[in-house]
Order: sequence, then C-alpha cells, then structure tokens
Amino acid sequence: MPQISFRQALNDALRAEMRRDPAVVIIGEDVAGGAGGTGVDDAYGGIMGVTRGLVGEFGRERVIDTPITESAIVGMAAGAALTGLRPVAELMFVDFIGVCLDQILNQVAKFRYMFGGNVKTPLVIRAMFGAGFNAGAQHSQCLYSFFTHVPGLKVVIPSTPYDAKGLLIQAIRDDDPVVFLEHTKLYDQEGEVPSESYAIPFGEANVLRDGGDVTIVALARMVHVALKAADLLASKGVEATVIDPRSTSPLDEDTILDSLSATGRLVIVDESNPRCSVASEIAAVVAERAFRDLKAPIRRVTAPHTPVPFSPVLEEAYIPSSDAVVAAALDVMGWSR
Amino acid sequence: MHLSTHHLKRAYSTMRRIREFEERVNAEFAAGHIPGFVHLYSGEEAIAVGVCMHLEVDDYIGSTHRGHGHCIAKGCDTTGMMLEVFGKADGLCGGKGGSMHIADLARGMLGANAIVGGSPPLVVGAALANKTRRTDRVAVAFTGDGGCNQGTIFEAMNMAVVLRLPAIFVIENNGYGEGTGVDYAVGSKDIAGRAAGFGMPAVAVDGSDFFAVHEAMGAAVARARSGAGPSFIEARCVRFHGHYCGDPQTYRSKQELADARQLHDPIAAFRERVLAAGNLTEAEFSSIDEEVLRDIDAAAAAAHRSVPPSVSSLTTGVYSSY
Repeated sequence: MPQISFRQALNDALRAEMRRDPAVVIIGEDVAGGAGGTGVDDAYGGIMGVTRGLVGEFGRERVIDTPITESAIVGMAAGAALTGLRPVAELMFVDFIGVCLDQILNQVAKFRYMFGGNVKTPLVIRAMFGAGFNAGAQHSQCLYSFFTHVPGLKVVIPSTPYDAKGLLIQAIRDDDPVVFLEHTKLYDQEGEVPSESYAIPFGEANVLRDGGDVTIVALARMVHVALKAADLLASKGVEATVIDPRSTSPLDEDTILDSLSATGRLVIVDESNPRCSVASEIAAVVAERAFRDLKAPIRRVTAPHTPVPFSPVLEEAYIPSSDAVVAAALDVMGWSR
Repeated sequence: MHLSTHHLKRAYSTMRRIREFEERVNAEFAAGHIPGFVHLYSGEEAIAVGVCMHLEVDDYIGSTHRGHGHCIAKGCDTTGMMLEVFGKADGLCGGKGGSMHIADLARGMLGANAIVGGSPPLVVGAALANKTRRTDRVAVAFTGDGGCNQGTIFEAMNMAVVLRLPAIFVIENNGYGEGTGVDYAVGSKDIAGRAAGFGMPAVAVDGSDFFAVHEAMGAAVARARSGAGPSFIEARCVRFHGHYCGDPQTYRSKQELADARQLHDPIAAFRERVLAAGNLTEAEFSSIDEEVLRDIDAAAAAAHRSVPPSVSSLTTGVYSSY
C-alpha cells in the first residue's frame, strides 16, 4: 500500500470525488493557487498545498479562488449546496469562523429542520486547526466543541492519512453540512493509504490500541500523544486502550462504553479549552450511562482555560503532553472501589 | 403600458393576494391565533411582484424576515403558507419554520430569513449553482434598508461582481430598519450609489410604482441571463405596519402613519393608472378582488381547522442521516 502524507490523502480524496461527481466544486482563498497575480497558476494549492494540482485538471469554474471574504465563501457554498451543487468550502484557519459564523450557525445548519425536512445541504467546510506552530491566539484554536454543539452539523476530525481520505470522501458524499477539521501538525504525517476510493462512515470510532487497564479517548493530534503515552504506560505495566472517535457529531458512544466496561477507568485527552468541551461531553455521557462501570473518577487532560500563547515555551506548556496523559492514567489506576 | 392584459391581471391579482394575506394575518395575530413574531409586507407589494413577474419557477429568490410577499410573488401556495404561519402540521415547513422561515425549494424560494442580511450570501451561492450548471437561471436577493448596512451584503455583492454571477440585489428601502430611520443609518444617504461602487449597475426606483420596479428588474434580469453579471435595485417604499405585528411605532409621527395608506398605496396607484389607460375595467378588478378574498378566507379557515404537528416530529428532519 502506498505511503502518502495526510496532505496528499486529502488531495486524493478531493480529486477522486471531483472526477466522480461534476457537482463537486471547491471554494476558498488561494485554492486554485491564487488569481490575478504575476506568477504561475496552480503551483500553490492554498496555504497548506492541499488543493495543488486540482485547478489544472478541473479548471477555475470548479476550483474557485475567492477574495478574503469568509461570510461570502461559506454563505455562497451553503446556497450552492441548497440548490444542487456539492461544494467543499475552505475556511483556511478554523479561527476565522468568527467572521462567518452566522452562515454556519443560523443558516446552513438549520435549513433542513426549519424547512420541514424538505431540503438537502451537502456542504463540506474544511478548516485547519490546532496549536504547535507558534501561530498565536487567532490561528491555533480547536473549536470543534462549538460545532459539535449545533444540531444540523456533522463534525469530523481525522488523525491519520488513512482516515483523512476515507472521512473526506464520506463528507463530500454526505447530504448534510459537515465541518471537516484538519490539525495543522498532521499535514506532513505519512501513512498507508489505498489508492482506490473508500468512505469511512461517521460515528464509528477507531480503536488504535487494546489494553485492559485504562481507556484513553483522544482526537486528532492528541491521538498520537495518547499512543505515545500508552507506550510509556506499558513500560510501567499499565495497558491502555486508545480510542479515536473520529467524529464528534455523531459521536460513537458505544465503543467508548464497551471499552469502559472492561477497564473501568477513563482518561480523555483534548487539545481544546476545557469548559463545555468535547472532553466534558464524553465525561458526561460516561457518567450518565456507565456510572456502575467506573472504578475511578474520570480525568480530562486538556489545554488550560486560556487563549493559545505565542512564545514556544508557553505554547509547549499549553498543549497536553504524553507525560500529562501518563500522570492522569497512573492517577486513575491508584483508585479502587 | 407595455404589459398585456393577462400580465396586468396577474400583477394585480398577486399584489392583491399579498395584501389580503397580510391583513388577514394581522387580524388573526391580533386575535391571538398566530404564535411568535410576524412582520407584514403591506405597502411593499409592487416590489415583490414587479421583480418576480420576470422570474420562472426555477429562478431563485432569497428573502427576509418580512417574507410573505416574496413567497406569494414567487408562487408559494397561500394555504400552505397560512398553515405554516399558524404552526400547523400541513404548513409548507411542517410547522417547524413559521412566518420567518417559510421556504419552498420547488418554487425557487430559498427561505424567508430571520437574520437581517442573512440571505444575500446564500443567493450568490444559488447564482453560482446556476452558472456552474450553465443555465440562464438567475437568483435574486431581497434585503431591506436595515440589512443593506450588514457586511454580509457587501461581501455578497463583491463576490457576485468578482465571479460575474447572475445575481440581482433588491433593496426594499421602506425608510426604517426596525425603528431607526434610513437617513440616520445609511451614512452616505444613498444606498444605490454605494452599491454602484462595487462595480455593477445600480438604480433607485419608486417601489410603490409597480411599473417602475418591473422596468428596472427587466434590465437587471436581461443582464444576468446574458452572463454579464449582477445588478442592484433600490426600491423606495412605505411600510404600512410596524416592524412587527404589535409594534406601537412611537418612532413614526401620526401624520406619517395616516399618509402611508392614503398617499403611498401601490395597489391603489396601479388600479388608478390601469383604469385610466383603459386596460382593465372596474368589473375586472372587482372580480379579481373577490376571487382573492375567497382564497384567503379558505386559507384562514383551513389554518383554523388543521392539526398541529405531532410531537414525534420534534426530533425528525435535523439531518438526512445521523
């Protein structure tokens, strides 16, 4: 199986779906490589290079460079989804939802319900997120709990190149609005990815490691932090299960609860701020549905309740570490009842 | 008068239908039969009808919180609308939308929109879909003078010009954004002039004059269908009711309120002009009036008779699959 990057896996998914369905269009800043400049076409592919090469195959009518105008990007994509296209809108950094939130929150998320279940809005909003590039407080956030809170949206967060391709293909084929979030630190990660098309259903968690002592649930880059922590724990004689929900809406509660019935101990690793977070939601679900299974308090390992700092020393302290996950796991191992 | 008798009858009948619908909704609301918030279109009928007379069923419109007139002009069923406003199961949106969210995609009606300035970006998306599919269909964004100060419409207008989309922006300038006067709220005091700065044809017309609106829209539609890009129409009109049903309108003088219906009624003006030109007779107008009244009576009666949604529908229709 070919080894390709997370970035290339996304590019492959976009290309395959654009070949399959002429209704798929890409809308965003620099997605076709910039327009109206003095350089060459199609050498850029957006700030992360994800869409490089697509305008060469599909043309500027389907790979549409826009001004920096997020309300119009998302709103136009939403209106086009309502009227028969299958747009993939690129928001660049997820932090920019601040300047287009109405089109997501009050418009596209609610159309199907408000209009009596009579419409489809097959829209994908792609955005990158997460800390680790010293990009400061307005380019580093994890806002998936915002989207997860909103009925009508689906929220998908891949952690590997394999999942990135299969989940993006599913997102494009899906008839509901999907917020597809890509962690900035994962674009260069490589992994085995089949060259043919495949779709990974939403709401199906991936169990990356099986262990009987403690369950660790993690998303995106934190999956890799959790896997490293699991290695460290194994060297101390503690076996961890690592679960990546892959989508937070819908959320695969059953896979988490099944694991908990064996381990009785839960650590949730979430790079976002802790208040009303996905970590809090998972903790609430477990407390409600699996109280009898719990042998110890649920532990959340999250960023602090602060904006993301700039200075590398501070940013490193902000991001949950494998050591913090190990400490939380050892803490819950110390409880009995 | 460049319209056929058939078209004149259709224009009058649609304006009349909007007026009767709105005045009935006003009465039913006052009697406590309609829940929620309602914003009435009376006084602005010439705009919706003058614009939508140029549209086919597969052209799109996006609307505002004051959307009943746009829905009727675009061909939505008035009984389905009345049931929706009453919150009944057989309403156009199953009772889940209400007055501010009536939509009918089969009629090209992309929804009333309760967010001021919410609809123009969506309409630009419908225009993009039309262009991508290589049709000559157009998409029309109705917004008010209040909405015209929102950044969303500036972004939408710029995008439509940049991508040369078949979009038409219609600003219904009724003088008030909620309770704040347009000359206070629009810094340049010239909405159409400001729109021209985006790089598209922009005109201001008397929105109480059906023929003026119809003519301006004819030029805008021809331009959009030919692939030449977007246009902008500011239609100045007078809102008969308050911002919402029940609005005490303390911000308008008694004289202004009295003058509204006396001096600025687009339906009376249409009737007078068409009668004077001898294109339609009093009897023809009266016959349309009676037919419309029968329909609205029937719609209201159906709304009273019909059942509310089943509580089991509360959680359906959020997603296509989940």
